[in-house]
Amino acid sequence: MRSGFNRSRTRVLATIGIAAAFLTAACGSSSSGANQASAPGVTATSVTIGSTQPLTGPAAAGYSEIAPAANAYFKYVNAHGGVNHRTINYTYLDDGYNPTNTATQTKKLVLQDNVFAIFGALGTPTHLAVVNYINSEKIPDLFVASGCNCWNDVSKYPETFGWQPDYTIEGKILGQYINQNFAGKKVGFFAQGPNDEFGTDGILGVTDELQNGDVTLLPTPQYYTPTAAGAMAVGTAIAALQAAGAQVIVSFSVPLFTAVALASAAGLNYHPTFVVSNVGSDPATLTGILTGGALGTKLPGALIDGIVTDSYLPLASDSTNPWISLFQGIKNTYAPSLPWDGNVLYGMAEAYTFVQALKAAGQNPTRASIVAAVQNGKWTDGPGLAPYGYSSSNHLGFLGVQMAIIGTDGAATTAGPVQVTTDNASSAITTYTGTPSTPPTSGIPSD
Amino acid sequence: MRSLLRRSTLLRHGLFFLALAAILGALTWFVFDPFTEYNVAGVAIYAISAAGLTVLTGLNGQVSLGHGALMMIGAYTTSVLLQWHPDLPLILMLFASIATTGVAGAIIGIAGARLRGPYLAGATLSLAVALPQVPTHFASLFGGNQGISVPTPVPPDALAAVTPQQWFTWICLAAAVITFFLLANLVRSATGRRLQMVRDNEVAARLAGVDVARTQVLAFVISAICAGLAGSLFAYWITLTSPTGFTLTLSLSLLTVVVIGGLGSLTGAVLGSFIIVYLPVWTGGFASSANLPSNVANNVPLAIYGIVLIAAILVFPRGIAGGVASISRAVATTFRSRRQTSTLPASPAPPAQ
Repeated sequence: MRSGFNRSRTRVLATIGIAAAFLTAACGSSSSGANQASAPGVTATSVTIGSTQPLTGPAAAGYSEIAPAANAYFKYVNAHGGVNHRTINYTYLDDGYNPTNTATQTKKLVLQDNVFAIFGALGTPTHLAVVNYINSEKIPDLFVASGCNCWNDVSKYPETFGWQPDYTIEGKILGQYINQNFAGKKVGFFAQGPNDEFGTDGILGVTDELQNGDVTLLPTPQYYTPTAAGAMAVGTAIAALQAAGAQVIVSFSVPLFTAVALASAAGLNYHPTFVVSNVGSDPATLTGILTGGALGTKLPGALIDGIVTDSYLPLASDSTNPWISLFQGIKNTYAPSLPWDGNVLYGMAEAYTFVQALKAAGQNPTRASIVAAVQNGKWTDGPGLAPYGYSSSNHLGFLGVQMAIIGTDGAATTAGPVQVTTDNASSAITTYTGTPSTPPTSGIPSD
Repeated sequence: MRSLLRRSTLLRHGLFFLALAAILGALTWFVFDPFTEYNVAGVAIYAISAAGLTVLTGLNGQVSLGHGALMMIGAYTTSVLLQWHPDLPLILMLFASIATTGVAGAIIGIAGARLRGPYLAGATLSLAVALPQVPTHFASLFGGNQGISVPTPVPPDALAAVTPQQWFTWICLAAAVITFFLLANLVRSATGRRLQMVRDNEVAARLAGVDVARTQVLAFVISAICAGLAGSLFAYWITLTSPTGFTLTLSLSLLTVVVIGGLGSLTGAVLGSFIIVYLPVWTGGFASSANLPSNVANNVPLAIYGIVLIAAILVFPRGIAGGVASISRAVATTFRSRRQTSTLPASPAPPAQ
């Protein structure tokens, strides 16, 4: 009898035990409890993300600093406890700005390195080669480092998100500035292309605005191909703009090609006002290319004086800004060999946004949860000057920029307020009234 | 049986390549993971193109710095046709690319047959530089800088268990095995000997009744056909055909494959392709993992590539295939002489020369 009671008690206890185990398991997968390997690339102690970057090749000047800068920010976060006690492992591979290499390296990241997400993959032509594949594999494709409108296509690319303002938004605001400040002048285009979304989207935005203004738009844009052979043809393109009498050149170009265009114009004794897209106008990068002899001879850094451009982050040269001092401090500790310029700022600010997204994705993030987190991510507490456009129907990053002019000291100063708009031609440009944020004291986004 | 094999090159090669195809097919099915499948397809594609180039340069003595441009013709043939009719079967695309590239090869070959050494290299070099500009200027047809997306080939319904990656790897391996089978026979044929004769001494070849110019054009066409086939597969492999994928770098990489592998050696073309595909895979991670200043770390993979090239050429001046052959010959000689000394201890030393 006693033994019988014991046996049945044991059975009851066992049943309770099993039920409790099930309950714990059920709870663990949803909220509190231990860290789990909740998704590919996510273990209890780490998150692995990957990227393709132009570490060498025609776009390397300046852009090769972006991934090491982002990695420096991740190292800083890792050294301060990581995100939910997970360290971020950032693997970035060189594609030389060549779509063929991007395809191969992305396969490596996905199939061999088993990354949780692609983060900050750089370049319009390069990323277009892999965006279908990344989406078909249902891998979050966060914050493509390119302003192509193409990343904002939720039905076609549900996993892909832009980050920087797209080139049409940027172009519209640049165009408005040209209308206001260069009335009656002849405006010509120098752009990456043709049929490169970087150039065409930007030209589209500027043209939309210039139609409302009092400037003469030269009908034929001059294009360059981002290769070594393309660099040799820039002189001809600039000479054509000179012959057509362009007084303002709107340039949608990567830094090396902006520098070649500036040098070509100077060589022709031609002094138009250059209005350069943010991606091709970082003063420190341009000065480095011109004065460092990368174009064959050492050229004066003064060639960048008077460039009109824009920014969606605080200016890298503004050391009084708390974001700049935070990121510059992190750079000095975790990547002391990097210079301090707009590219490094870009990499760190983008990494900051990724940490915001990863925190918002929950204690045990999944690929679906981080995509949802970004779609709900109306973060205004980051380093950006303008708000994000993210929603379930919109994968657009920053919605606006602030105009800036490069002065004789080689540093940019802002001109006017932050302006926001959408990439729809008919939508108006408005002044953004939000207050600039300050970073948390820890330097890591709070929950 | 043995004597039959020795007599018939066709039978010997046929059996060898059938066995090779079976082994590679089985490896793809049972052993390889998806990333290996992807890379093996890449090795096969580079090997097809390099095999054509090694016949042209190694066997016939014509240097081409423009084989990337020929691959580009093949890739664009496939991509433009697929842009119009996405449902066209892959096999048709391969033959269409072979046809267009073959015609292009004949035209270049006719021009090239008048040129020698550095002049031929210069002419083909200009092709490699100029051709990538064409899609930019005829953007509506060729998709401009942005390029043309290429759909991934899907396996037929009967092979539902096969992944698209495995299916494509099989296609590439099959194409490579067939190409190598045909080229291996060509090398051993009368045509192959004519190619070598023209390379070694044009005057002697002409005296022996060989039409030098025709032989040279033929070599160019054969080699262009290989490049076209590889280019078509390349378009499917990358899934995007854009001018930036066919820069001078590609042409030089192909030449690198041929030289590292061993000029004129078909085995060498495979070994060289293996290196060119796998080296970036092995070294790519250094940039982000190496604890070095980023301006150094970013260039580490390129530096390793350069060092491997220099080392390979210093250690194996006749290419890896040549190196392997001379090592195995040395081993065989040592082995044979040791056996001879053991069985015939009393044999007199050969007279000093």
